[in-house]
Amino acid sequence: MPVFAVVGIIVCVWYSAAVWMNAPWVYDQAERAGVSVSFGEMVGATMGQARPVLPAPHQVAAELWKGVAGQAVTSKRSLVYHGWVTLQATFYGFVLGIGLGVALAVSIVRFRVMELSVMPWAIISQTIPIVALAPMIVVLSNAAGVEDRMVPKAIISAYLSFFPVLVSMVKGLRSPDQMQIDQLRTWYASEAQMFWKLRLPASMPYFFASLKVAIAASLVGAIVGELPTGAIEGLGARMLIGSQFGEPMIMWAALFAAAILAGGLILLVGIVERFARARMGAPA
Amino acid sequence: MKDMLNIAGPVVEASGVDLVFQTNDGPVQALKDVNLLIGKGEFVSFIGPSGCGKTTFLRCVAALETPTGGTLMVNGMTAEAARKARAYGYVFQAAGLYPWRTISGNIRLPLEIMGFSRAEQDERVARVLELVELGGFGNKYPWQLSGGMQQRASIARALAFDADILLMDEPFGALDEIVRDRLNEEVLRLWNRTQKTILFVTHSIPEAVYLSTKIVVMSPRPGRITDVIDSPLPRERPLDIRDSREFIEIAHRVREGLRAGHGDGV
Repeated sequence: MPVFAVVGIIVCVWYSAAVWMNAPWVYDQAERAGVSVSFGEMVGATMGQARPVLPAPHQVAAELWKGVAGQAVTSKRSLVYHGWVTLQATFYGFVLGIGLGVALAVSIVRFRVMELSVMPWAIISQTIPIVALAPMIVVLSNAAGVEDRMVPKAIISAYLSFFPVLVSMVKGLRSPDQMQIDQLRTWYASEAQMFWKLRLPASMPYFFASLKVAIAASLVGAIVGELPTGAIEGLGARMLIGSQFGEPMIMWAALFAAAILAGGLILLVGIVERFARARMGAPA
Repeated sequence: MKDMLNIAGPVVEASGVDLVFQTNDGPVQALKDVNLLIGKGEFVSFIGPSGCGKTTFLRCVAALETPTGGTLMVNGMTAEAARKARAYGYVFQAAGLYPWRTISGNIRLPLEIMGFSRAEQDERVARVLELVELGGFGNKYPWQLSGGMQQRASIARALAFDADILLMDEPFGALDEIVRDRLNEEVLRLWNRTQKTILFVTHSIPEAVYLSTKIVVMSPRPGRITDVIDSPLPRERPLDIRDSREFIEIAHRVREGLRAGHGDGV
Protein backbone atom coordinates (compact mmCIF):
# COMPACT_ATOMS: atom_id res chain seq x y z
CA MET A 1 0.00 0.00 0.00
CA PRO A 2 2.70 2.55 0.91
CA VAL A 3 4.43 1.56 -2.32
CA PHE A 4 1.39 2.54 -4.38
CA ALA A 5 1.07 5.81 -2.48
CA VAL A 6 4.66 6.68 -3.38
CA VAL A 7 4.07 5.71 -7.01
CA GLY A 8 0.95 7.89 -7.04
CA ILE A 9 2.84 10.87 -5.70
CA ILE A 10 5.64 10.38 -8.21
CA VAL A 11 3.17 10.23 -11.10
CA CYS A 12 1.44 13.43 -9.91
CA VAL A 13 4.72 15.30 -9.59
CA TRP A 14 5.79 13.99 -12.96
CA TYR A 15 2.61 15.19 -14.68
CA SER A 16 2.88 18.67 -13.19
CA ALA A 17 6.55 18.83 -14.12
CA ALA A 18 5.67 17.77 -17.67
CA VAL A 19 3.12 20.60 -17.93
CA TRP A 20 5.52 23.11 -16.47
CA MET A 21 8.49 22.13 -18.63
CA ASN A 22 6.62 21.67 -21.91
CA ALA A 23 4.49 24.81 -21.55
CA PRO A 24 7.06 27.29 -22.95
CA TRP A 25 7.06 25.44 -26.26
CA VAL A 26 3.26 25.54 -26.45
CA TYR A 27 3.18 29.29 -25.75
CA ASP A 28 5.99 29.80 -28.25
CA GLN A 29 4.09 28.01 -30.99
CA ALA A 30 0.90 29.92 -30.21
CA GLU A 31 2.69 33.23 -30.36
CA ARG A 32 4.17 32.40 -33.75
CA ALA A 33 0.76 31.40 -35.03
CA GLY A 34 -0.65 34.58 -33.54
CA VAL A 35 -3.27 32.85 -31.43
CA SER A 36 -3.71 32.77 -27.72
CA VAL A 37 -4.22 29.57 -25.75
CA SER A 38 -6.19 29.05 -22.57
CA PHE A 39 -4.67 27.24 -19.62
CA GLY A 40 -6.72 24.15 -20.37
CA GLU A 41 -5.63 24.06 -23.99
CA MET A 42 -2.03 24.52 -22.92
CA VAL A 43 -2.19 21.58 -20.50
CA GLY A 44 -3.71 19.40 -23.21
CA ALA A 45 -0.99 20.38 -25.63
CA THR A 46 1.82 19.52 -23.20
CA MET A 47 0.58 15.95 -22.92
CA GLY A 48 1.04 14.83 -26.49
CA GLN A 49 4.07 16.53 -28.00
CA ALA A 50 6.21 14.50 -30.34
CA ARG A 51 9.45 15.81 -28.86
CA PRO A 52 8.65 17.05 -25.39
CA VAL A 53 11.26 18.35 -23.01
CA LEU A 54 9.80 16.00 -20.45
CA PRO A 55 7.41 13.37 -21.79
CA ALA A 56 4.31 12.62 -19.70
CA PRO A 57 4.11 9.21 -18.00
CA HIS A 58 1.48 7.86 -20.36
CA GLN A 59 3.64 8.77 -23.35
CA VAL A 60 6.58 6.87 -21.90
CA ALA A 61 4.34 3.95 -21.07
CA ALA A 62 3.01 3.92 -24.63
CA GLU A 63 6.52 4.10 -26.09
CA LEU A 64 7.65 1.36 -23.76
CA TRP A 65 4.72 -0.79 -24.78
CA LYS A 66 5.44 -0.13 -28.43
CA GLY A 67 9.07 -1.08 -27.89
CA VAL A 68 8.29 -4.26 -26.04
CA ALA A 69 5.15 -5.59 -27.67
CA GLY A 70 4.78 -3.47 -30.79
CA GLN A 71 7.32 -5.30 -32.92
CA ALA A 72 9.05 -8.55 -33.55
CA VAL A 73 11.58 -9.20 -30.80
CA THR A 74 14.28 -9.49 -33.45
CA SER A 75 13.65 -5.97 -34.72
CA LYS A 76 16.26 -3.30 -34.11
CA ARG A 77 13.46 -1.18 -32.68
CA SER A 78 12.45 -3.79 -30.16
CA LEU A 79 13.35 -3.11 -26.54
CA VAL A 80 13.21 -6.84 -25.96
CA TYR A 81 16.02 -7.28 -28.46
CA HIS A 82 18.12 -4.51 -26.95
CA GLY A 83 17.27 -5.58 -23.44
CA TRP A 84 18.40 -9.10 -24.23
CA VAL A 85 21.74 -7.83 -25.53
CA THR A 86 22.24 -5.79 -22.35
CA LEU A 87 21.10 -8.67 -20.17
CA GLN A 88 23.71 -10.97 -21.68
CA ALA A 89 26.49 -8.47 -21.04
CA THR A 90 25.14 -7.96 -17.52
CA PHE A 91 25.15 -11.67 -16.91
CA TYR A 92 28.70 -12.22 -18.15
CA GLY A 93 29.91 -9.20 -16.18
CA PHE A 94 28.07 -10.37 -13.07
CA VAL A 95 29.58 -13.84 -13.20
CA LEU A 96 33.02 -12.41 -13.94
CA GLY A 97 32.63 -9.86 -11.13
CA ILE A 98 31.56 -12.49 -8.61
CA GLY A 99 34.45 -14.72 -9.60
CA LEU A 100 36.94 -11.90 -9.33
CA GLY A 101 35.48 -10.54 -6.08
CA VAL A 102 35.38 -13.93 -4.36
CA ALA A 103 38.84 -14.92 -5.58
CA LEU A 104 40.37 -11.66 -4.36
CA ALA A 105 38.53 -11.87 -1.04
CA VAL A 106 39.73 -15.42 -0.44
CA SER A 107 43.33 -14.50 -1.18
CA ILE A 108 43.10 -11.37 0.96
CA VAL A 109 41.78 -13.31 3.93
CA ARG A 110 44.34 -16.04 3.40
CA PHE A 111 47.45 -13.92 2.75
CA ARG A 112 48.10 -10.76 4.66
CA VAL A 113 50.39 -9.47 1.90
CA MET A 114 47.41 -9.54 -0.47
CA GLU A 115 45.42 -7.33 1.85
CA LEU A 116 48.18 -4.76 1.94
CA SER A 117 48.81 -4.88 -1.79
CA VAL A 118 45.43 -5.50 -3.40
CA MET A 119 42.89 -3.78 -1.18
CA PRO A 120 44.09 -0.18 -1.74
CA TRP A 121 44.02 -0.73 -5.52
CA ALA A 122 40.56 -2.22 -5.36
CA ILE A 123 39.36 0.90 -3.56
CA ILE A 124 41.17 3.24 -5.95
CA SER A 125 39.66 1.38 -8.90
CA GLN A 126 36.21 2.41 -7.73
CA THR A 127 37.07 6.10 -7.50
CA ILE A 128 37.76 6.34 -11.25
CA PRO A 129 34.60 7.43 -13.09
CA ILE A 130 33.46 4.49 -15.16
CA VAL A 131 32.33 6.74 -18.03
CA ALA A 132 35.94 7.85 -18.42
CA LEU A 133 37.28 4.35 -18.26
CA ALA A 134 34.69 2.60 -20.42
CA PRO A 135 35.85 4.03 -23.80
CA MET A 136 39.42 3.06 -23.01
CA ILE A 137 38.43 -0.51 -22.25
CA VAL A 138 36.49 -0.64 -25.51
CA VAL A 139 39.39 0.77 -27.51
CA LEU A 140 41.93 -1.45 -25.81
CA SER A 141 39.93 -4.63 -26.35
CA ASN A 142 39.53 -3.64 -30.00
CA ALA A 143 43.25 -3.02 -30.27
CA ALA A 144 43.89 -6.39 -28.67
CA GLY A 145 42.00 -7.94 -31.55
CA VAL A 146 38.86 -8.90 -29.65
CA GLU A 147 36.04 -8.83 -32.19
CA ASP A 148 33.18 -9.70 -29.87
CA ARG A 149 31.57 -6.49 -28.58
CA MET A 150 30.33 -8.47 -25.59
CA VAL A 151 33.83 -8.74 -24.14
CA PRO A 152 34.54 -5.08 -23.30
CA LYS A 153 30.98 -4.67 -21.98
CA ALA A 154 31.37 -7.66 -19.70
CA ILE A 155 34.71 -6.33 -18.48
CA ILE A 156 33.24 -2.93 -17.68
CA SER A 157 30.30 -4.60 -15.99
CA ALA A 158 32.60 -6.82 -13.92
CA TYR A 159 34.73 -3.80 -13.05
CA LEU A 160 31.75 -2.31 -11.25
CA SER A 161 30.33 -5.48 -9.74
CA PHE A 162 33.41 -7.16 -8.29
CA PHE A 163 33.88 -4.51 -5.61
CA PRO A 164 30.77 -5.01 -3.46
CA VAL A 165 31.36 -8.77 -3.62
CA LEU A 166 34.98 -8.32 -2.60
CA VAL A 167 34.22 -6.07 0.38
CA SER A 168 31.37 -8.25 1.64
CA MET A 169 33.25 -11.48 1.21
CA VAL A 170 36.30 -10.21 3.09
CA LYS A 171 33.98 -9.28 5.94
CA GLY A 172 32.04 -12.53 5.67
CA LEU A 173 35.08 -14.79 5.56
CA ARG A 174 36.37 -13.02 8.65
CA SER A 175 33.05 -13.20 10.51
CA PRO A 176 33.77 -16.40 12.50
CA ASP A 177 34.83 -15.42 16.01
CA GLN A 178 37.92 -16.53 17.91
CA MET A 179 36.00 -19.21 19.78
CA GLN A 180 34.88 -20.90 16.58
CA ILE A 181 38.42 -20.84 15.26
CA ASP A 182 39.81 -22.19 18.55
CA GLN A 183 37.25 -24.93 18.41
CA LEU A 184 38.49 -26.07 15.01
CA ARG A 185 42.04 -25.92 16.32
CA THR A 186 41.09 -28.32 19.13
CA TRP A 187 40.13 -30.78 16.39
CA TYR A 188 43.40 -30.10 14.61
CA ALA A 189 41.54 -28.98 11.50
CA SER A 190 43.61 -27.89 8.51
CA GLU A 191 43.43 -24.41 7.00
CA ALA A 192 41.48 -25.85 4.08
CA GLN A 193 38.95 -27.49 6.38
CA MET A 194 38.61 -24.26 8.33
CA PHE A 195 37.83 -22.51 5.06
CA TRP A 196 35.36 -24.99 3.61
CA LYS A 197 33.58 -25.93 6.83
CA LEU A 198 33.51 -22.61 8.66
CA ARG A 199 34.62 -19.49 6.80
CA LEU A 200 32.83 -20.10 3.52
CA PRO A 201 29.42 -21.08 4.91
CA ALA A 202 29.66 -18.29 7.49
CA SER A 203 30.20 -15.77 4.69
CA MET A 204 27.08 -16.70 2.72
CA PRO A 205 24.71 -14.10 4.24
CA TYR A 206 27.29 -11.43 3.39
CA PHE A 207 27.67 -12.88 -0.09
CA PHE A 208 23.99 -12.71 -0.91
CA ALA A 209 23.64 -9.21 0.48
CA SER A 210 26.43 -8.13 -1.86
CA LEU A 211 24.86 -9.87 -4.86
CA LYS A 212 21.95 -7.45 -4.88
CA VAL A 213 24.32 -4.52 -5.13
CA ALA A 214 26.52 -6.35 -7.62
CA ILE A 215 23.72 -7.24 -10.03
CA ALA A 216 22.57 -3.63 -10.18
CA ALA A 217 26.16 -2.47 -10.69
CA SER A 218 26.59 -5.07 -13.43
CA LEU A 219 23.61 -3.67 -15.30
CA VAL A 220 24.87 -0.12 -14.99
CA GLY A 221 28.27 -1.28 -16.20
CA ALA A 222 26.79 -3.05 -19.21
CA ILE A 223 24.76 0.03 -20.17
CA VAL A 224 27.70 2.38 -19.76
CA GLY A 225 29.76 -0.07 -21.78
CA GLU A 226 27.25 0.22 -24.61
CA LEU A 227 27.54 3.96 -24.90
CA PRO A 228 31.00 4.09 -26.53
CA THR A 229 30.60 0.95 -28.65
CA GLY A 230 29.12 2.92 -31.50
CA ALA A 231 25.52 2.75 -30.34
CA ILE A 232 24.65 -0.39 -32.24
CA GLU A 233 22.74 -2.55 -29.84
CA GLY A 234 21.72 -2.69 -26.22
CA LEU A 235 19.70 -0.44 -23.95
CA GLY A 236 22.65 1.92 -23.56
CA ALA A 237 22.81 2.27 -27.33
CA ARG A 238 19.07 3.07 -27.41
CA MET A 239 19.59 5.82 -24.87
CA LEU A 240 22.45 7.25 -26.90
CA ILE A 241 20.38 7.16 -30.11
CA GLY A 242 17.51 8.88 -28.34
CA SER A 243 19.77 11.63 -27.13
CA GLN A 244 21.70 12.08 -30.38
CA PHE A 245 18.62 12.22 -32.59
CA GLY A 246 16.60 14.35 -30.20
CA GLU A 247 14.08 11.61 -29.51
CA PRO A 248 13.41 11.88 -25.79
CA MET A 249 10.77 9.19 -25.91
CA ILE A 250 13.27 6.58 -27.05
CA MET A 251 15.59 7.60 -24.24
CA TRP A 252 12.91 7.46 -21.63
CA ALA A 253 11.57 4.15 -22.80
CA ALA A 254 15.05 2.65 -22.75
CA LEU A 255 15.61 4.11 -19.31
CA PHE A 256 12.47 2.49 -17.99
CA ALA A 257 13.28 -0.77 -19.69
CA ALA A 258 16.61 -0.73 -17.84
CA ALA A 259 14.91 0.05 -14.54
CA ILE A 260 12.42 -2.78 -15.01
CA LEU A 261 15.26 -5.11 -15.93
CA ALA A 262 17.17 -4.11 -12.79
CA GLY A 263 14.10 -4.67 -10.64
CA GLY A 264 13.59 -8.10 -12.16
CA LEU A 265 17.23 -9.07 -11.64
CA ILE A 266 17.21 -7.98 -8.01
CA LEU A 267 14.01 -9.93 -7.50
CA LEU A 268 15.68 -12.97 -9.03
CA VAL A 269 18.72 -12.65 -6.77
CA GLY A 270 16.35 -12.32 -3.82
CA ILE A 271 14.61 -15.57 -4.75
CA VAL A 272 17.94 -17.38 -5.08
CA GLU A 273 18.96 -15.98 -1.70
CA ARG A 274 15.75 -17.17 -0.05
CA PHE A 275 16.25 -20.60 -1.51
CA ALA A 276 19.85 -20.73 -0.29
CA ARG A 277 18.90 -19.49 3.18
CA ALA A 278 16.24 -22.16 3.49
CA ARG A 279 18.78 -24.77 2.49
CA MET A 280 21.16 -23.47 5.16
CA GLY A 281 18.57 -23.90 7.88
CA ALA A 282 17.58 -20.31 8.52
CA PRO A 283 14.27 -19.81 10.32
CA ALA A 284 11.51 -19.49 7.74
CA MET B 1 47.49 -44.36 22.11
CA LYS B 2 45.20 -46.21 24.50
CA ASP B 3 48.05 -48.54 25.42
CA MET B 4 50.31 -45.63 26.12
CA LEU B 5 47.76 -44.30 28.56
CA ASN B 6 47.82 -47.41 30.65
CA ILE B 7 51.56 -47.30 30.97
CA ALA B 8 51.95 -43.57 31.42
CA GLY B 9 50.62 -42.42 34.77
CA PRO B 10 49.03 -39.00 34.94
CA VAL B 11 46.75 -37.65 32.23
CA VAL B 12 47.84 -34.09 32.90
CA GLU B 13 51.16 -33.29 34.48
CA ALA B 14 52.02 -29.63 35.01
CA SER B 15 55.23 -28.59 36.69
CA GLY B 16 56.25 -25.00 37.14
CA VAL B 17 53.97 -23.80 34.35
CA ASP B 18 54.34 -20.07 33.72
CA LEU B 19 52.54 -18.00 31.14
CA VAL B 20 53.31 -14.34 30.52
CA PHE B 21 51.25 -12.43 27.97
CA GLN B 22 52.93 -9.49 26.28
CA THR B 23 50.34 -6.73 26.13
CA ASN B 24 50.47 -3.06 25.24
CA ASP B 25 50.52 -2.24 28.94
CA GLY B 26 53.56 -4.45 29.48
CA PRO B 27 53.82 -8.13 30.40
CA VAL B 28 50.96 -9.76 32.31
CA GLN B 29 51.64 -12.89 34.33
CA ALA B 30 48.61 -15.06 33.60
CA LEU B 31 49.97 -18.22 35.23
CA LYS B 32 52.72 -18.52 37.82
CA ASP B 33 54.37 -21.75 38.87
CA VAL B 34 51.38 -24.03 38.38
CA ASN B 35 52.05 -27.57 39.55
CA LEU B 36 49.35 -30.18 39.17
CA LEU B 37 48.89 -33.90 38.63
CA ILE B 38 45.65 -35.24 37.26
CA GLY B 39 45.11 -38.98 37.14
CA LYS B 40 43.01 -40.96 34.72
CA GLY B 41 39.26 -40.81 35.36
CA GLU B 42 39.41 -37.86 37.71
CA PHE B 43 36.88 -35.04 37.65
CA VAL B 44 38.83 -31.89 38.38
CA SER B 45 37.23 -28.49 38.84
CA PHE B 46 39.12 -25.23 38.58
CA ILE B 47 37.56 -22.46 40.60
CA GLY B 48 38.55 -18.90 41.24
CA PRO B 49 37.62 -15.30 40.49
CA SER B 50 37.93 -13.97 36.96
CA GLY B 51 41.51 -13.34 35.96
CA CYS B 52 42.84 -16.20 38.09
CA GLY B 53 43.98 -18.09 35.01
CA LYS B 54 41.65 -21.07 35.27
CA THR B 55 40.52 -20.75 31.67
CA THR B 56 44.07 -19.93 30.61
CA PHE B 57 45.33 -23.12 32.21
CA LEU B 58 42.65 -25.13 30.42
CA ARG B 59 43.67 -23.48 27.16
CA CYS B 60 47.27 -24.46 27.87
CA VAL B 61 46.22 -28.07 28.36
CA ALA B 62 44.38 -27.79 25.04
CA ALA B 63 47.50 -26.26 23.43
CA LEU B 64 45.49 -23.19 22.47
CA GLU B 65 48.03 -21.22 24.51
CA THR B 66 51.68 -22.06 24.91
CA PRO B 67 53.23 -21.73 28.38
CA THR B 68 56.29 -19.50 28.51
CA GLY B 69 57.89 -21.65 31.20
CA GLY B 70 57.72 -25.04 32.90
CA THR B 71 56.54 -28.29 31.38
CA LEU B 72 53.02 -29.43 30.64
CA MET B 73 52.42 -33.00 29.58
CA VAL B 74 49.09 -34.37 28.43
CA ASN B 75 48.70 -38.13 28.06
CA GLY B 76 52.45 -38.41 28.44
CA MET B 77 53.21 -36.12 25.49
CA THR B 78 53.47 -32.40 25.00
CA ALA B 79 50.18 -30.52 24.94
CA GLU B 80 50.74 -29.68 21.27
CA ALA B 81 51.29 -33.33 20.39
CA ALA B 82 48.19 -34.25 22.39
CA ARG B 83 46.15 -31.73 20.41
CA LYS B 84 47.42 -33.20 17.17
CA ALA B 85 46.56 -36.67 18.47
CA ARG B 86 43.06 -35.34 19.19
CA ALA B 87 43.37 -36.38 22.80
CA TYR B 88 40.62 -34.16 24.16
CA GLY B 89 37.22 -32.72 23.47
CA TYR B 90 36.76 -29.07 24.39
CA VAL B 91 33.41 -27.60 25.43
CA PHE B 92 33.35 -23.82 25.32
CA GLN B 93 31.19 -21.44 27.31
CA ALA B 94 28.96 -20.89 24.28
CA ALA B 95 27.67 -23.92 22.44
CA GLY B 96 29.10 -22.53 19.19
CA LEU B 97 26.91 -24.69 16.97
CA TYR B 98 26.92 -23.78 13.29
CA PRO B 99 23.49 -22.37 12.46
CA TRP B 100 23.65 -23.78 8.94
CA ARG B 101 24.08 -27.35 10.16
CA THR B 102 21.53 -29.54 11.89
CA ILE B 103 22.34 -30.89 15.35
CA SER B 104 23.53 -34.13 13.73
CA GLY B 105 25.51 -32.13 11.20
CA ASN B 106 27.18 -30.18 14.00
CA ILE B 107 28.16 -33.33 15.88
CA ARG B 108 29.37 -34.79 12.59
CA LEU B 109 31.68 -31.82 12.03
CA PRO B 110 34.72 -33.02 14.04
CA LEU B 111 34.19 -36.51 12.63
CA GLU B 112 34.32 -35.13 9.08
CA ILE B 113 37.45 -33.22 9.94
CA MET B 114 39.07 -36.31 11.41
CA GLY B 115 38.15 -38.38 8.40
CA PHE B 116 35.80 -40.98 9.86
CA SER B 117 33.87 -42.99 7.30
CA ARG B 118 30.32 -41.96 6.59
CA ALA B 119 28.90 -45.09 8.22
CA GLU B 120 30.96 -44.60 11.34
CA GLN B 121 29.93 -40.93 11.48
CA ASP B 122 26.26 -41.95 11.46
CA GLU B 123 26.80 -44.56 14.12
CA ARG B 124 28.74 -42.21 16.41
CA VAL B 125 26.32 -39.31 15.98
CA ALA B 126 23.40 -41.56 16.92
CA ARG B 127 25.28 -42.90 19.93
CA VAL B 128 26.32 -39.56 21.45
CA LEU B 129 22.89 -38.05 20.78
CA GLU B 130 21.43 -40.81 22.94
CA LEU B 131 24.17 -40.25 25.51
CA VAL B 132 23.15 -36.62 26.05
CA GLU B 133 19.44 -37.46 25.68
CA LEU B 134 18.96 -35.61 22.43
CA GLY B 135 17.83 -38.64 20.42
CA GLY B 136 15.17 -37.44 17.98
CA PHE B 137 16.60 -33.93 17.78
CA GLY B 138 19.27 -34.76 15.23
CA ASN B 139 17.45 -33.16 12.34
CA LYS B 140 16.62 -29.95 14.16
CA TYR B 141 18.57 -26.76 13.62
CA PRO B 142 20.29 -25.11 16.61
CA TRP B 143 17.81 -22.20 16.74
CA GLN B 144 15.03 -24.71 17.31
CA LEU B 145 16.65 -25.85 20.59
CA SER B 146 16.83 -24.22 24.02
CA GLY B 147 20.15 -22.98 25.39
CA GLY B 148 20.51 -26.03 27.63
CA MET B 149 19.84 -28.40 24.76
CA GLN B 150 22.33 -26.56 22.57
CA GLN B 151 25.00 -26.96 25.25
CA ARG B 152 24.16 -30.67 25.51
CA ALA B 153 24.64 -30.93 21.76
CA SER B 154 28.02 -29.26 22.09
CA ILE B 155 28.98 -31.80 24.76
CA ALA B 156 27.87 -34.57 22.43
CA ARG B 157 30.07 -33.06 19.74
CA ALA B 158 33.05 -33.12 22.12
CA LEU B 159 32.35 -36.77 22.97
CA ALA B 160 31.80 -37.96 19.41
CA PHE B 161 35.41 -38.77 18.58
CA ASP B 162 36.13 -40.68 21.80
CA ALA B 163 38.85 -38.53 23.28
CA ASP B 164 39.78 -39.64 26.79
CA ILE B 165 39.86 -36.11 28.15
CA LEU B 166 37.00 -33.68 28.28
CA LEU B 167 37.89 -30.03 28.85
CA MET B 168 34.92 -27.89 29.85
CA ASP B 169 35.23 -24.13 30.16
CA GLU B 170 32.28 -22.82 32.18
CA PRO B 171 29.96 -24.82 29.94
CA PHE B 172 26.85 -23.94 31.93
CA GLY B 173 27.81 -20.39 32.89
CA ALA B 174 25.19 -18.84 30.64
CA LEU B 175 22.32 -21.10 31.74
CA ASP B 176 19.80 -20.63 34.52
CA GLU B 177 20.22 -22.56 37.74
CA ILE B 178 17.46 -25.12 37.20
CA VAL B 179 18.82 -26.16 33.83
CA ARG B 180 22.29 -26.06 35.27
CA ASP B 181 21.45 -28.48 38.09
CA ARG B 182 20.06 -30.95 35.59
CA LEU B 183 23.04 -30.67 33.30
CA ASN B 184 25.40 -31.13 36.26
CA GLU B 185 23.64 -34.37 37.09
CA GLU B 186 23.90 -35.45 33.49
CA VAL B 187 27.57 -34.64 33.30
CA LEU B 188 28.20 -36.75 36.39
CA ARG B 189 26.27 -39.62 34.89
CA LEU B 190 28.20 -39.23 31.66
CA TRP B 191 31.48 -39.21 33.52
CA ASN B 192 30.49 -42.39 35.41
CA ARG B 193 29.51 -44.15 32.23
CA THR B 194 32.37 -43.07 30.00
CA GLN B 195 35.20 -43.04 32.57
CA LYS B 196 36.65 -39.95 30.96
CA THR B 197 39.00 -37.54 32.67
CA ILE B 198 37.19 -34.22 32.98
CA LEU B 199 38.72 -30.81 33.59
CA PHE B 200 35.96 -28.37 34.42
CA VAL B 201 36.27 -24.61 34.85
CA THR B 202 33.61 -22.90 36.94
CA HIS B 203 33.07 -20.00 39.28
CA SER B 204 30.29 -21.67 41.21
CA ILE B 205 31.33 -23.27 44.51
CA PRO B 206 28.36 -25.70 44.71
CA GLU B 207 28.95 -26.79 41.14
CA ALA B 208 32.64 -27.43 41.80
CA VAL B 209 32.01 -29.38 44.99
CA TYR B 210 29.11 -31.36 43.58
CA LEU B 211 30.97 -32.49 40.47
CA SER B 212 34.58 -32.96 41.44
CA THR B 213 36.89 -35.57 42.81
CA LYS B 214 39.49 -32.83 42.98
CA ILE B 215 38.98 -29.10 43.34
CA VAL B 216 41.73 -26.72 42.31
CA VAL B 217 41.33 -23.30 43.91
CA MET B 218 43.08 -20.50 42.06
CA SER B 219 43.70 -16.81 42.72
CA PRO B 220 44.50 -13.90 40.46
CA ARG B 221 47.40 -11.52 39.82
CA PRO B 222 49.37 -13.60 39.15
CA GLY B 223 47.20 -16.62 38.37
CA ARG B 224 48.28 -19.46 40.63
CA ILE B 225 46.98 -22.45 42.56
CA THR B 226 46.28 -21.73 46.24
CA ASP B 227 44.69 -25.02 47.26
CA VAL B 228 44.01 -28.48 45.88
CA ILE B 229 41.21 -30.32 47.63
CA ASP B 230 40.63 -34.06 47.17
CA SER B 231 36.94 -34.62 47.65
CA PRO B 232 35.87 -37.46 49.93
CA LEU B 233 32.43 -37.60 48.32
CA PRO B 234 31.52 -40.92 46.64
CA ARG B 235 31.35 -41.26 42.85
CA GLU B 236 27.57 -41.73 42.99
CA ARG B 237 26.13 -38.36 43.88
CA PRO B 238 22.43 -37.66 44.11
CA LEU B 239 21.51 -33.97 44.05
CA ASP B 240 20.62 -33.96 47.79
CA ILE B 241 24.22 -34.82 48.64
CA ARG B 242 24.58 -31.05 48.64
CA ASP B 243 22.86 -30.94 52.02
CA SER B 244 25.31 -33.38 53.61
CA ARG B 245 27.90 -32.36 56.18
CA GLU B 246 30.90 -33.36 54.02
CA PHE B 247 29.60 -31.29 51.14
CA ILE B 248 29.21 -28.22 53.31
CA GLU B 249 32.67 -28.73 54.82
CA ILE B 250 34.32 -28.92 51.40
CA ALA B 251 32.38 -25.90 50.19
CA HIS B 252 33.58 -24.04 53.27
CA ARG B 253 37.19 -24.96 52.56
CA VAL B 254 36.85 -23.81 48.96
CA ARG B 255 35.39 -20.51 50.13
CA GLU B 256 38.24 -20.06 52.60
CA GLY B 257 40.74 -20.77 49.87
CA LEU B 258 39.15 -18.21 47.59
CA ARG B 259 39.09 -15.62 50.35
CA ALA B 260 42.74 -16.23 51.24
CA GLY B 261 43.69 -15.90 47.60
CA HIS B 262 41.82 -12.63 47.35
CA GLY B 263 43.25 -11.29 50.62
CA ASP B 264 46.89 -11.12 49.58
CA GLY B 265 45.97 -9.92 46.11
CA VAL B 266 44.57 -6.63 47.35
